[in-house]
Amino acid sequence: MGDWLVPALLTIITASTPLVFAAVGEVVVEKSGVLNLGIEGMMIVGAISAFAVGVTTGSATLAIFAGAIGGAAVAFIFGFLTLNLLANQVAAGLALTIFGLGFSALLGHGFVGKTFPGLPKLEIPIISEIPFIGPLLFGHDILVYGSVIIVISTTYMLNKTRVGLLIRAVGENHDAAHSIGYSVNKIRMACVLFGGAMAGLGGAYLSLAYTPLWVEGMTSGRGWIALALVVFASWKAWRAFLGAYLFGGITIIQLHAQGFGVEIAPEFLSMLPYLATIVVLVLISRDSSRAKLNAPACLGRSFHEAG
Amino acid sequence: MLRLELRGEMSQPMVYLSPIFAVILTFIAGIIMFTFLGVDPVKAIITFFITPLNSLDGLAELFVKATPLVLIAVGLSFGFQANIWNIGAEGQLTIGALAGGGVALLFFNVDTPFLMPAMLVSGVLGGMAWAAIPAILKTKCGTNEILTSLMLTYVGLLVLSYLIHGPWKDPDGQNFPESRLFHDAALIPIILDETRLHLGWIIALFGVAVAWVIMTRHMIGFQIRVIGLAPMAARFAGFKEKHIIWMTLMISGGAAGLAGTIEVSGPVGQIIPVISPGYGFTAIIVAFLGRLHPVGCLFAGLLMALTYLGGDNAQIEMNLPNAVTGVFQGMLLFFLLACDVLVRYRFRIGSLTKATGGANL
Amino acid sequence: MISKKIILGALLSAVMAVGATVGQAADKRTKVGFVYVGPIGDHGWSYQHNVGRLAVNNAFGDKVKTTYVESVPEGADAARVITKLARSGHKLIFTTSFGYMNPTLKVAKRFPKVKFEHATGFKRSKNLATYSARFYEGRHVAGLIAGKMTKSNVIGYVASFPIPEVIRGINATFLAARSVNPKVKIKIIWVSTWFDPGKEADAAKALIAQGADVIMQHTDSPAPLQQAQKNKVWAVGQASNMAAFGPKAQLTAIIDDWNAYYIQRTKAMLDGTWKSQDVWGGFKSGMVKMAPYNKAIPANVVAMAEKAKEGIFNGTVHPFTGPIKDQKGKIRVPAGKTADDGMLAGMNFYVEGIDATMPK
Repeated sequence: MGDWLVPALLTIITASTPLVFAAVGEVVVEKSGVLNLGIEGMMIVGAISAFAVGVTTGSATLAIFAGAIGGAAVAFIFGFLTLNLLANQVAAGLALTIFGLGFSALLGHGFVGKTFPGLPKLEIPIISEIPFIGPLLFGHDILVYGSVIIVISTTYMLNKTRVGLLIRAVGENHDAAHSIGYSVNKIRMACVLFGGAMAGLGGAYLSLAYTPLWVEGMTSGRGWIALALVVFASWKAWRAFLGAYLFGGITIIQLHAQGFGVEIAPEFLSMLPYLATIVVLVLISRDSSRAKLNAPACLGRSFHEAG
Repeated sequence: MLRLELRGEMSQPMVYLSPIFAVILTFIAGIIMFTFLGVDPVKAIITFFITPLNSLDGLAELFVKATPLVLIAVGLSFGFQANIWNIGAEGQLTIGALAGGGVALLFFNVDTPFLMPAMLVSGVLGGMAWAAIPAILKTKCGTNEILTSLMLTYVGLLVLSYLIHGPWKDPDGQNFPESRLFHDAALIPIILDETRLHLGWIIALFGVAVAWVIMTRHMIGFQIRVIGLAPMAARFAGFKEKHIIWMTLMISGGAAGLAGTIEVSGPVGQIIPVISPGYGFTAIIVAFLGRLHPVGCLFAGLLMALTYLGGDNAQIEMNLPNAVTGVFQGMLLFFLLACDVLVRYRFRIGSLTKATGGANL
Repeated sequence: MISKKIILGALLSAVMAVGATVGQAADKRTKVGFVYVGPIGDHGWSYQHNVGRLAVNNAFGDKVKTTYVESVPEGADAARVITKLARSGHKLIFTTSFGYMNPTLKVAKRFPKVKFEHATGFKRSKNLATYSARFYEGRHVAGLIAGKMTKSNVIGYVASFPIPEVIRGINATFLAARSVNPKVKIKIIWVSTWFDPGKEADAAKALIAQGADVIMQHTDSPAPLQQAQKNKVWAVGQASNMAAFGPKAQLTAIIDDWNAYYIQRTKAMLDGTWKSQDVWGGFKSGMVKMAPYNKAIPANVVAMAEKAKEGIFNGTVHPFTGPIKDQKGKIRVPAGKTADDGMLAGMNFYVEGIDATMPK
């Protein structure tokens, strides 16, 4: 029994990491009052950018940077449209997804069938070999640790720093923030680019570590799940992390349950992560009617700086 | 420096001109892209936008493709105006298709003119039922509908998968995952011989008209708009927020369910594992391209449908990969959305000082 | 938007009129069309069909022009795309996914002069042929090797949907593995998708964690094979030779090879000898091939696999030879008989010994 537990938990970490990146990025974007539904598009562009650079240069470091830059680059299109040209955010985000899926396929044309060795593992001698805890805490690749660091630093940044205060201010009341002299759209653009870079890292994790290969459409809807997790998290980075692990965890558990011969139609088992996310959110939001107040008041509303 | 200045009111000429600017810009960008890809740009653009429409069959196909997009988009625009974010129309479409198509399978050998109306009603109810879950959760527990409607989409697709691989499998279909072919009474009538144009298109047009009346002439339409624009004022005026949540989710869910039933009883003619190639999501773009106005949704739905037909064409006639279609479609949408700014704003050179609030969705 | 349509319509229809007269003159090549359900970049099912299309290009050079439409959804869009191909002068059209069966049939009725070929279906007409491959022959060979190579006696199977094609593959694998290793078990995980590299990898990992040391898959991406490589267990590639993704792990791969068939049918169409038919090709017709065996497989196992392959080729071996019982112990194929094609085509039971319940 114990033989499968550690590998199962490790799989949960792998399955959750891309969701963590994308969801935490979107938390920051939405905190600033911007609703970007184009996570899927940014993720997949991140995935191909990372993979293409990784295969071409052989450098994992460059590949990771390329993933972040690729995601941020297409996020810039979204930011320019919605912030500078005040285009509708919901529609622009969806257009970004269509664009990203096509664009990545175009870029990836020559990379189908290529392989990448994967990301190096950070092993610590002796400690890595402690049973159970060792393999769970050590021996992951840099992006797994990166995702944890991003969650902690984003939580800190949003709640304890002046930058976080600014982001929340433009998200809650952009007029007030503007009137006391902050540049609403510059702050929002920075957040959009950050969100794009994070989605790009999520995509990079897919194409470099999770399944080190490139195939068209390989994000398979993970960007949408990340979007839902932001709501699940009621716009808190650490709760997005929990949400990603809840979703990833149940996905993996249902696969294991099948292997153990649970006699439930696989479709019903596949529904579990979605249903669990709804149920848990309902339970949380029932407890505190304040939960919905966490939605940034200006979410989805563009700001026109007339001055 | 180039700046945007808020217009006093919406520019009427720009309402019509901005899409033209967008198309021209798309053409220019398209010419650059196609030249870069080594493709004859003029031929590519003609293949995309004109050739699909040069036959009666082409026009009929345009309407067939636009039918679900228009129906769903019109339904969604009610909710979006009131800031109710139903992004799970895909799931409501699926459950609607199952409810409507289920009637056809249940009464498989019953040949009656009442079957078709019963299917359509059942489809609407199916879509409504699926949208009722986010409605209940939002009104009772305050659960955000973005999450619930989206997650329920995946659940809905898995329900379809379960039924079609199990109980609803065609008994004579060698265990392949599809239902029996609907018999004639369960197929929506074709309205133009030799094409696939079906009554669903007329239903969609009728839906546009009804929505237009409700939105502009009816108290509900007024309440929805007020809630969207000024929630405080709406509460002050005694509009019931829960009422609006239910109303808009029922309208959008019902429309999506209707669209689903029309798909299975129209061009598909049976229940299959993939009923919709993402109409529920695409319709969200259509709704906003149409500026949340029923007539706008009609044109936006047609334009969107045209890009799909154009995409097929570009692949068939020019051997362009599907990816190019996606990029081109994305560009067109970007330009359309960007040019929309001209309806409410104008470009000015130099700086101004008048402060104004944010523009609304 | 109205004015836009009118202006552009007028403008571009003028251009089009010119373009049409200039452009159409030269091309005398016969057109052959292909409709794919996935992107050709999926490295699986659609990718292999496209390899077949390119083989047609090579074989006929200037005589034939091939066209493909990728990522065509199986719903209402399929009939439109197929119609479009028929209308634009394609003389032979291959529709390469089961879900295209009824749309292809409908369009074939409307265009009696165009020849249609539908992969994996069972509805035919005068101008609509069907073709499919006996992948279970490859599964048999792979199952023999897996049965010999497994140390843990657990074969893991990443499955997509419980359709006859997939069930047949599971049964063929298990029967073959059991025939050489009575202790072998099979663990099956259904991922409810044909294509999601992440989920396929997760399922493979779950199977490995639960003791499987040979991974088989009936999904499209090389992700399960990659996981096998990473976890130092064996795997069998799917659809194409996936050795690049797991050179140490891949025992062999069951390759879909449509090249010869597509060339042969195109030739028949050009010669005027094309007839509607039902082809279910295996090793013999070259539709199913095995990738080179892994160097780590002992020579006697390779010899056994080769012998089975030859036997199937000659007709002396049939992967479904009786007695075959289902899980309830009911005899489905009596001793000394082999399963007929009708039964194989609609297979919806697990054979005795598989310790799992078939999804209903």
